[in-house]
Amino acid sequence: MEYLKKYPKLFQWLFLLIVFFALCFAIDVPETYKFIRGQAEFVKDPNQSVYFFLGKEVRYYAFDVFWRLPPLLGWLPIWINDSLFFLMNEWMPMEFWNEDTQEFKTRPLLLEISRNLTSFMTFLIELIREILLGGLETIVAFTSWDFIDAYPWLELPGLPWTIVAAGAAILSYKLSGKGLALFAGLTMIYISIFGQWKPSMQTLSFILVAAPLSFIFGLGLGIAAYKSKRVEKALYPILLVMQTMPQYAVLVPALVLFGVGDHAAVIITMVVAVPPMILLTILGLRAIPPEVIEAGRMSGCTNWQLMFKVLIPTARRDILIGVNQVIMVCFSMAVISAFIGAKGLGFNLLLALNQLNIGLALEAGLCISLIAILLDKMSLAWANKQTDYFGNLTFFQRNKNVIFFAASFVIGIIFAYVGTFIFKGSFNYLFEIPHNKGISTADFWNKGVDWIFDTFFVYIKAFNTWLIQDVLQPMRALYLRMPAVATLVLAVGAGYLIGGVRSALVVAALTLFIALSPWWDRALVTLYMATFGVVISCLIGFTVGTLCFQNKKSAAFMLGVCDIFQTFPSFVYLIPVMMLFGITDTSVLIAVIVYATIPATRYTIEGLRSVPVGLHEAATMSGVNKFQRLTKIEFPLAFPHMMLGLNQTIVFALFMVIIGAFIGTEDLGQYILKALSDKNGAGIGLTLGICVAFIGLIFDNLIRTWVGKRKKHLGID
Amino acid sequence: MSETVIKCESVYKIFGENAKKMLEESNGNVDAKTFQERGCIVGVNNASFEVAKGEMLVVMGLSGSGKSTLLRCISRLTDATGGKIFIEGQDLLELNNKELIELRRNKMGMVFQSFALLPHKTVVENIAFPLQIKGTNTEESISRAMEMVKLVGLDGRENYFPRELSGGQQQRVGIARSLAVEPDIWFLDEPFSALDPLIRKEMQDEFLRLQEKLQKTIMFITHDFDEALKLADRIAIMKDGIIEQLDTPANIVLNPATEYVRKFTEEVPREKVLIIEDVMDASSKDNLGDLKVSKDEIIENVAEKILTQEKLVGVVDSNNNIVGSIKPSKIIDTVFGGRKNGS
Ligand SMILES: Nc1ncnc2c1ncn2[C@@H]1O[C@H](COP(=O)(O)OP(=O)(O)OP(=O)(O)O)[C@@H](O)[C@H]1O
Ligand SMILES: [Mg+2]
Repeated sequence: MEYLKKYPKLFQWLFLLIVFFALCFAIDVPETYKFIRGQAEFVKDPNQSVYFFLGKEVRYYAFDVFWRLPPLLGWLPIWINDSLFFLMNEWMPMEFWNEDTQEFKTRPLLLEISRNLTSFMTFLIELIREILLGGLETIVAFTSWDFIDAYPWLELPGLPWTIVAAGAAILSYKLSGKGLALFAGLTMIYISIFGQWKPSMQTLSFILVAAPLSFIFGLGLGIAAYKSKRVEKALYPILLVMQTMPQYAVLVPALVLFGVGDHAAVIITMVVAVPPMILLTILGLRAIPPEVIEAGRMSGCTNWQLMFKVLIPTARRDILIGVNQVIMVCFSMAVISAFIGAKGLGFNLLLALNQLNIGLALEAGLCISLIAILLDKMSLAWANKQTDYFGNLTFFQRNKNVIFFAASFVIGIIFAYVGTFIFKGSFNYLFEIPHNKGISTADFWNKGVDWIFDTFFVYIKAFNTWLIQDVLQPMRALYLRMPAVATLVLAVGAGYLIGGVRSALVVAALTLFIALSPWWDRALVTLYMATFGVVISCLIGFTVGTLCFQNKKSAAFMLGVCDIFQTFPSFVYLIPVMMLFGITDTSVLIAVIVYATIPATRYTIEGLRSVPVGLHEAATMSGVNKFQRLTKIEFPLAFPHMMLGLNQTIVFALFMVIIGAFIGTEDLGQYILKALSDKNGAGIGLTLGICVAFIGLIFDNLIRTWVGKRKKHLGID
Repeated sequence: MSETVIKCESVYKIFGENAKKMLEESNGNVDAKTFQERGCIVGVNNASFEVAKGEMLVVMGLSGSGKSTLLRCISRLTDATGGKIFIEGQDLLELNNKELIELRRNKMGMVFQSFALLPHKTVVENIAFPLQIKGTNTEESISRAMEMVKLVGLDGRENYFPRELSGGQQQRVGIARSLAVEPDIWFLDEPFSALDPLIRKEMQDEFLRLQEKLQKTIMFITHDFDEALKLADRIAIMKDGIIEQLDTPANIVLNPATEYVRKFTEEVPREKVLIIEDVMDASSKDNLGDLKVSKDEIIENVAEKILTQEKLVGVVDSNNNIVGSIKPSKIIDTVFGGRKNGS
């Protein structure tokens, strides 16, 4: 009784667990139950039950309600699909002027908007692509052929790779210094020598459109939300869902709305990249001390000046993290959107992975990663740039970068021109090294992979078998063995214990949505993979983080490593694991673990760092040894922050699990991948995406509520 | 005195949801307690006063008494809930956005309690900021800012970022920034409280010297009575948003208007506040000793001289006419007497 009074929460949790397990044991597996491998809604099986909703037939396997809830939301994907098609093809027909045929044409409003948006995006991408790759009449993107014919001097050739490389190096030098310049130069040379120039520039042109647009939109909407509570309220739920929505899932509706191609990829990338930018903009602007704003107003700033000279620069730190996120997402999407026909490195990467040509995949992946890191560092350097007012510079010093660029431009052109004589008849290597004509180390890597397989096959195989048979399959079976009702009780109970009625209701709604969708089994599989990944990631991340924290240098080093790893597009992580473990669940899980360890490590270090220095000193003075200090002071205080890391770890793990479907897992991701090639897949893809997002949000809600309470309890914030 | 620059007429500032409505209902009789029960916090309560050109008004009061809020109302960083504020005869609350910006760009300068520097700009950029906002070109604004850097003694650190400066140094940047546009009206919210005593004294002297030269109209907030005495033409003492008394330092010490003010000024060293005229005996002008003192001297400065005398000391005005006398024992009375009565 005394214990009960002392630790009431503990007993409440115990009680919850007892109820949960009791339910699990009380509810038997129905005899007809089996894990459904095909897509139930398309299979016509006499064992299925049917219900009608809005005249649509929804088929499903019926079980005892305690075991699996009936998929009452089964109509939702179909309905979304129909609505989308209706909106696109029938809603609000209007008269639009057609330039080509010179007459008015009736078209549904949305279709017209989509067409215009599409052509605008295509124009932007093509424009940049022509400048970077060109060789044709660059200006043609601007105007019409007639115009070019009339003014032939408008024809600009694409830039030779030497000039782009020199330009990148000089720009990096101007922004940051020698180090970055060297990195930029080497990256560009690597790209061109390995014959990745064309796909790289295709990807780059895609990024150069998507990233700035995402940044501008994100910043704009963030400012709007900062200024108006109403806008914020409207945006917030969308932002939350988008944060945990796997990027795959957004592809499918985009297919319907915008078709296939680079333009659709840009739009979809913006949809994914804008939300984190908005959130971080709001966060940064909110954190500005009011007196700084007042100081700006007292200096006589107009609203405009206040925003751009005071508020945004002051919130720079968070906004820069936003930029970093935008770039990260853009590169991630550069790969993923290859599924909907975006050209470039991503496409090559996917193709190589598909053909199991690890060497090629590695080269493409390295290219993407290098460009990503380069752009990230350049944007950072640009934001941190300082002006020197006192240097007494000569004309040459002031303009040396321009002069150098002009010089390299001329030299590059001369080289390219000379090249036309040297490489007569074949490719002009000084202008562009064509794809597949550069150096390639693919064979080397492929041989390496083969060698690894031959040499370690026995061990890898043994490890694989052990992991799958003794760990993964039992775990999966356990997850699938949970009756729906028991899971619901557990989730809602946890919500209630952590955050009271409000949390319980939110969690209940989110869980119910998944339970009533036709994909509960799949969600459980997704969850099991994510759980496995998260547990191991956290173990590694917290250990590595804590160890690195012991020394300032190693902590800074580790954060730098995390930064760089975070910039890699998620697909790149699949390459090395496929090298080692082939096409198995093990590969996916290891990729999940590697990917999700990044936030776990980062937040551990940052959490420990956030413990006030004064406390360290106070503790040392009171004769506490290092270990005691860690366990008694630093961990408890850093714990809330570390839990936010757990939150991120879960989101990262979920993303990777979904991407793992590419290798072939039996979870929600597999269906999303299927929906991509399905004409009626938009609704399914979106609903699946929402399911995954909701899994993330359930944990997000619980963790955030807990952290909030804990922080208040500790008096930090 | 000369023309009025700042004029407040029953200014109220009340924080809370329906502050305006509640203020109207109360007919100007604002009671902090009843307002608080209804979820409103009274920042400034019925403040009426004038500040003349070239005058320095020091505002004092305990933490949370509404000093900063009053300053914010007058600079219109917040809109007063009620009352009228005139700056050089213009109704501040009637100004549109553009006029307000013009006013701030050319007439007003403000030093903030918590420095409020822009973290992304260096010292010199921070100081040049108001100039650049006004549209001064880079070269000119930077050279002007460099003058200011020298003025506050931060040369050599002009390229530092605020985070690389100590609190006192940051505050000096804040002071330099507010001076860069040469404002006529200068608001200072505890500008010297982050400085160490040595620098503080130096800055105070520098401040007085500047003021002698520039004759700005100043509202100055401080917690330090010594500082107030050194700088103030008049002192306002605030409590719970109400200005309890606004008068010359001597009057506040000698004739406290309320019990609160008396308590507040109890510990003030009188010899630093009062001048000879305040304590002399104007009726007896005979039997004087050799020593003569000016009636405008602060007691502290001449006390030693007077105390060495045995006879009455003559008091003279600026034309060297004798206007009264003072007994050495009177000095002792003044210095210690007031405090004895008080406790
Ligand atoms: N934005 C605000 N919202 C609500 N209440 C406020 C706000 N600003 C100030 N107050 C309240 O108004 C009162 C006066 O605050 P003010 O900052 O003017 O005090 P102060 O005299 O400057 O104190 P200090 O010497 O500590 O700076 C305080 O009770 C404070 O809580
Ligand atoms: Mg204050």
